Amino acid sequence: MNIAVDQDKCCGAGQCALLAPEVFDQGEDDGIVILLNPSPAERFRAAVREAADVCPASAITVDLRP
Amino acid sequence: MPGLRDHRGPPALTVPDDVVPDDVVIVGASAGGLAVAEALRRKGYQGGLTLLGAESHPPYDRPPLSKQVLSGVWARERAYLRQADELSALEADFLLGDPAVRLDVAAREVLTASGRLLRARAVVLATGLTPVRFQGQDGLAGVHTLRTMDDALGLREDLLDGGRLVVVGEGVLGAEVAATARGMGVDVTLVGLGDAVLADQLGDLVGGMLTRLHAERGVRLRLGVAVEGLSGSGGRVSGVRLASGELLPAETVVVAIGSRPATGWLHGSGLSVRDGVRCDSRCRAAPGVYAVGDLASWHHEKLDRRLRLENRTNAVEQARIVAANLLGEDRPYLPLPYFWTDQYDAKIQAHGFFPSGARVDVVEGDLEQNRFVALYHRDGKVTGVLGWNMAKAARLHRGRVADAIGD
Repeated sequence: MNIAVDQDKCCGAGQCALLAPEVFDQGEDDGIVILLNPSPAERFRAAVREAADVCPASAITVDLRP
Repeated sequence: MPGLRDHRGPPALTVPDDVVPDDVVIVGASAGGLAVAEALRRKGYQGGLTLLGAESHPPYDRPPLSKQVLSGVWARERAYLRQADELSALEADFLLGDPAVRLDVAAREVLTASGRLLRARAVVLATGLTPVRFQGQDGLAGVHTLRTMDDALGLREDLLDGGRLVVVGEGVLGAEVAATARGMGVDVTLVGLGDAVLADQLGDLVGGMLTRLHAERGVRLRLGVAVEGLSGSGGRVSGVRLASGELLPAETVVVAIGSRPATGWLHGSGLSVRDGVRCDSRCRAAPGVYAVGDLASWHHEKLDRRLRLENRTNAVEQARIVAANLLGEDRPYLPLPYFWTDQYDAKIQAHGFFPSGARVDVVEGDLEQNRFVALYHRDGKVTGVLGWNMAKAARLHRGRVADAIGD
């Protein structure tokens, strides 16, 4: 699984950091996404998938291939 | 709907509601409609999938329209929600530029403007909102509403031509347009009925701060005043007439006085559409008919009241529930609302509810430094969390609202 984030699109909602705090964090003030781990372990798959789904700015792309 | 029956062939089968459909038509190809389609596929749905869109653009994101697209920082393609290959991977039929004009609920048939008749086992209504207009504005060049990509590009062209802009409406959209236009060097006047920018949405404290921010950035503010109408000459707008009789001269006017659910095409369908499509707690309007996004009004079981949310987050969160329920799950939709707005260098995050008369306590940061988190309380409960340039801290308080609404 490989993840890419588009910080320019990110609106700072922090939904991703709420759902998968091991993978995503956010900047203190602007809230912009910080990708902690672009290739997380499989056990984070569902949470990462949901984070990408509910991102209100469509700023997260997930490639599920290993 | 006798007109439809003639074209329909054999009568549609009666589908028990607990059966997974083998054919889904989604009316609306924007964020909510696309999210339903994607969630269905991800959950393993292999049946037919059709997305019907009124506009001819591929699915795009609306929040950037009043910001990055209007300012020109992004080319339009940057706002597209998916690349072409991602859309084809969905194996869905995208019928774009062809608005729906009628729905037969019992037969689950959708008639389009071009005369297509689409029949499916399940129909998802995702047609969003229509901006409210002033009477007579459509005949006047230079007057804009902002809902679609074409609206944004058209407004941008007028702003680049120079001249004065008057924005009518001090809500989120009006304020964002004013901020973006100022950033483009445009002469801007913001007119609104409310006493402060976004006071209706976020209360007096934040409203006051936003009002000062716009004033500091050079927006002329005419708040607490009613607009009577538009003036024009030679087919082009010349200004905005206030109820006092005063005329605010303008070469361009943006009308941002609210929106209505785009349910005109559903009149006569038998669905209740008084304020959006009335759904149950599962976002279901009728057997096999669901609604998602700005136009869906549903019963929030935890709050035990009816809600209809006009924000981007709601479209995708609700879509996940609709997709699950279409496939036979039985999930209530229980969101904690969230929206954001960016104006100049202020990034505001709003989680929960901000009722008028709420007590507002700053719990982190400092108002003076334009960096704070505020909790909104009513009846002894935390109803909302607002972050002003403190996005992460605001999100970390979000749980307090969730606790209060029982989520």
